[in-house]
Amino acid sequence: MSADQFQTGRLKQLRDLLERSDAALVLTAMAGFYLFFLGIGAILNYNLAGLISILGQVTFFTAVYALVVLALNLQWGYAGLFNIGIAGFMAVGVYTMAMLTAPPTGSPPGLGLPLAVGVVGGMVAAALIGLVTALPALRLRADYLAIVTVAISEIIRLTYNSPAFSTFTLPGGIDLGTGGASGIGNFPSNPVRAIYYADPSSAASGTTPIGAAVFGVFETVGVFRSAVIVDLTYGLVLVVVVVLVYILLARVGNSPFGRVLKAIREDEVVAKSLGKDTNRFKIKTFMLGCALMGLAGVVWQGFGTGAVYPQAFRPELTFYIFIAVIIGGAGSNTGSVLGGAVFANLLFLLPQYLPNIIEQTFAIQASPNNFIAAIAPIAAGEIAPLLGYILNQRLPALRFVFVGVLLVYLMQNRPEGLLGHRTETAAAVDLSEGHTPGAATQPDPTAPDEPGGVDDE
Amino acid sequence: MSSETTTVGSDTTDADGDEPPLRVETLRKEFGGITAVDGASFTVADESLTGLIGPNGAGKSTTFNCITGIHEPTAGAVYFNGEDIAGLAPNVVADRGLVRTFQIARELAEMTVLENLMLAPKRQQGESLYRSVLPKFRDGVIAEETELREAVWESLEFFEIDHLAEEQAGNLSGGQRKLLELARALMTDPDVLLLDEPFAGVNPTLETKLLDRINQLRAEEGLTFLLVEHDMDIIMEHCDPVIVMHQGRVLAEGAPEAIRNDERVVDAYFGEQQ
Amino acid sequence: MEPYARGRRLLREQPGLVVVAVVASLLGGDLLAKLLGGGLTPARFGGFVWDGLVIGLVIGLAGIGLSLTYSILGFANFAHGDYISWGAFSGWAVAYLLAGIDRYAAGGLLLIGAGDGPAPGDVGVSITNTPLSIVAGLVVAVGFTIAVSLVVDRLVYRPIREADGITLLIASIGVAFALRYLIVFFFYSSREGVTDISRVPSYSLGGVVIDAHELTIVVVGLLLMIGVHLLLQRTKLGKAMRAMADNRDLAQVTGIPVEGVIRTTWILGGGLAGAAGYLVVLTQGTISYDLGWLLLLLIFAAVIMGGIGSVYGAIVGGLVIGLASRLSLIWLTGDLSSFAEPVAFGLMIFVLLFRPEGIFGGVSTA
Repeated sequence: MSADQFQTGRLKQLRDLLERSDAALVLTAMAGFYLFFLGIGAILNYNLAGLISILGQVTFFTAVYALVVLALNLQWGYAGLFNIGIAGFMAVGVYTMAMLTAPPTGSPPGLGLPLAVGVVGGMVAAALIGLVTALPALRLRADYLAIVTVAISEIIRLTYNSPAFSTFTLPGGIDLGTGGASGIGNFPSNPVRAIYYADPSSAASGTTPIGAAVFGVFETVGVFRSAVIVDLTYGLVLVVVVVLVYILLARVGNSPFGRVLKAIREDEVVAKSLGKDTNRFKIKTFMLGCALMGLAGVVWQGFGTGAVYPQAFRPELTFYIFIAVIIGGAGSNTGSVLGGAVFANLLFLLPQYLPNIIEQTFAIQASPNNFIAAIAPIAAGEIAPLLGYILNQRLPALRFVFVGVLLVYLMQNRPEGLLGHRTETAAAVDLSEGHTPGAATQPDPTAPDEPGGVDDE
Repeated sequence: MSSETTTVGSDTTDADGDEPPLRVETLRKEFGGITAVDGASFTVADESLTGLIGPNGAGKSTTFNCITGIHEPTAGAVYFNGEDIAGLAPNVVADRGLVRTFQIARELAEMTVLENLMLAPKRQQGESLYRSVLPKFRDGVIAEETELREAVWESLEFFEIDHLAEEQAGNLSGGQRKLLELARALMTDPDVLLLDEPFAGVNPTLETKLLDRINQLRAEEGLTFLLVEHDMDIIMEHCDPVIVMHQGRVLAEGAPEAIRNDERVVDAYFGEQQ
Repeated sequence: MEPYARGRRLLREQPGLVVVAVVASLLGGDLLAKLLGGGLTPARFGGFVWDGLVIGLVIGLAGIGLSLTYSILGFANFAHGDYISWGAFSGWAVAYLLAGIDRYAAGGLLLIGAGDGPAPGDVGVSITNTPLSIVAGLVVAVGFTIAVSLVVDRLVYRPIREADGITLLIASIGVAFALRYLIVFFFYSSREGVTDISRVPSYSLGGVVIDAHELTIVVVGLLLMIGVHLLLQRTKLGKAMRAMADNRDLAQVTGIPVEGVIRTTWILGGGLAGAAGYLVVLTQGTISYDLGWLLLLLIFAAVIMGGIGSVYGAIVGGLVIGLASRLSLIWLTGDLSSFAEPVAFGLMIFVLLFRPEGIFGGVSTA
């Protein structure tokens, strides 16, 4: 075999593997992202602790984005329910968890219940709000449903933001609070910390035996910031959560239930004409999706960033998820994970490192703080001020301009998304198994033998 | 069966004195200023292959829509096995065994032919969310799916579209989509089937095969068929009785020969063609 | 029992109407009680009504464009809010420039005080102090936004003219992002003061405080609405627009110049959006990159309430939403005042549930 044939052979093998195996595709993509960001860390001269920190961030954001995108894909990609109130349902999930688990002596006060109860409670609350939204709204067309879900998301946010509920008392004398505009800060810390620290809420409380061992190992290679290890561990735990949710949703999709959802998305009248009670399917799907969004809120803003306040749940958050779904192609669970990964890494994390990288490589110091001061020197041949303006002041804004343009491009050229063509058959068994389709000798059943029969349009 | 032509208000009980499976009584449907169906009444006898003909605009499709719950009638009643179903939701009607096909095939274009057919059977275990997901119950779902798959392949082979099984339904030709439509309706295991021009674009050999199957289902399974057709040969040869609609009303109802010779029918319908 | 039977049937067939009637009479009764009993002074009540009318007028103006786009182009334009924002920024850049050019550098003025630019108090923009710059700003706001809408239509929507409503909606979300963050790129992301409040005269009408800027808005708003009315009723193009809003396919078949009507829709809608954005800043006194986006949901509420495709519906809907958001403050006092907007949203959801075609609707755009 010549060298060329060898190359094409190998490449073709790889491509076939990626086509066939979703797991391989996702793992390859993640490997790519890890390498990419390690490279960035190297350019920025990060030490080992810094590199581990970057890896932790990549893992965390990929996982949380994948989680929410999977939830939205269930509602929209499968059942055609156009929900752009995602931020609201995430808020309900994490706020309920925080209110259930915050100590009664805290500010604002909570119910002090165990963490597990809080997490489940958050998911249930999100599902119930989903039910309240769905019951009346499911009769509406897709675009009306979109408007209603945005409205409800804003109502939720404004309710949590309102000073009226900053602290309040339930009948029975129980005090609760949303914290108003400041939110809730005093809920239990990330449970992963319990692996490493005797008291999860305080690093100073000393390490557990596992903690001591793991930290010790890392200290021998020069990593003294234990926080990065904890964060990376949490990221890996979230990966497990994502895998479990993926399996759940794959089962939902690859089943008669999923079939009906796809039919509803395509032509609800047909689904009804075959006897399916489409409203029940839509409600169940909406509730399940909202529960998962609530879970995402808990693991993302709750245990991840630790920020439970209303401003974190503005509609912008919903649109990031939305764009990730569209990039990945609505309808495919694997596409959702990949779309989440692409968005999280390239459109969310990368722009945060870009200014530092460019500054490092090109040593741009100028940083005028308004646009006209930045472009005026161009007449004199200096573009450094403009670059400085862009990188130091306005990169986040440009990123969203880019995202907007990307969205338009996709709608014009690839509305099915980057990965939309991947079809996931909605059946619990392989439908083609055990049968060979009719041989070529079959006459075409629709070819008219004589003129006069109504033929295809 | 009587060979006299009759008009509105025919005797609704059959020879045994039982309620017919489908009876429409003074059905009326208005859309804004237009009256699409204007007091139509007819009966579909048990295990019959009843024809429904009429010029374009006679109100046949609207009548189908009112019977199956897609439209709510402005007035009148629809009796399915003796019970008035007018105004019930389409899925309730279909679930009770009254199923229809569409004149312009409504295949689920982005799903495969196989998926389209697997969708059809009623009350599948796996249509319940927890059963699809929880390990203990999923085994039962898998077993049922395997059985369904067998039935689906049999149907595909019978309709001679098995070579298209894994194609997206939207890629089929017009005639193939009509066959899919019919196959899908049959897979719901209906009691009464309303067929809206099911043979459009289908070659005569297969058409004969399908009509034989329809007659077999009538004789062996007791199905009842109401068939809208423009092909008079099919109507004359296979349907009895034949109902003629014109301008939203039932013009005549009776045996094919009697219909053919009825002056009013000739005027309204055949006369236009000649 | 005749009367009860009729009432029961009304409850079953038109539950929404019954709820509205009950709530309206309860609130109306309570309002009367408050006015007569002294819990609410007529002046204060008048103040709420005036505020509601002013903001309602602006919402209505913006809503006309959204309503027309929805029915003639067939999609919900989520970028409409950002046309409003661009109207505000483009108009006020020019207004600032003209007002302060004799004292400050053009750059800082054009960017409406970005970076180290001049403060509003120093530039002194107000209708009585610098009337010409305000008028010029309005003209520029309208013209610039028209240009933006036409360019966006040409680049974004025309290539996918026949796409379904959801695809177009998503594309409009992309446009929204791009336009919104271009504002941040050129200007800033904070909320900045613009008008010089100290130089805006105010008048008292029976105890109700009315300031000159609000008066300006009402005058300009009414003039624009009369203009729109004349356009739609008296011109051929207007008739064509009404026909297309009613039934696009039928209009196409009867020879109406579709692309021409679409262009007029964007001109009209974009222009009014620009004016609305400019006027909002006039009444608020501050400007921010998301001012249009924050209004968008209220504008959707107005349009849906009034009936999509109906220009008069948008105006009435705007007034209803504006009044609802302000009058609700009579009952939502203290901490509860933060629920004024949710009330407006709740109204919209209510309308969607019981009468999705809106008050003036009857035109389905499925």
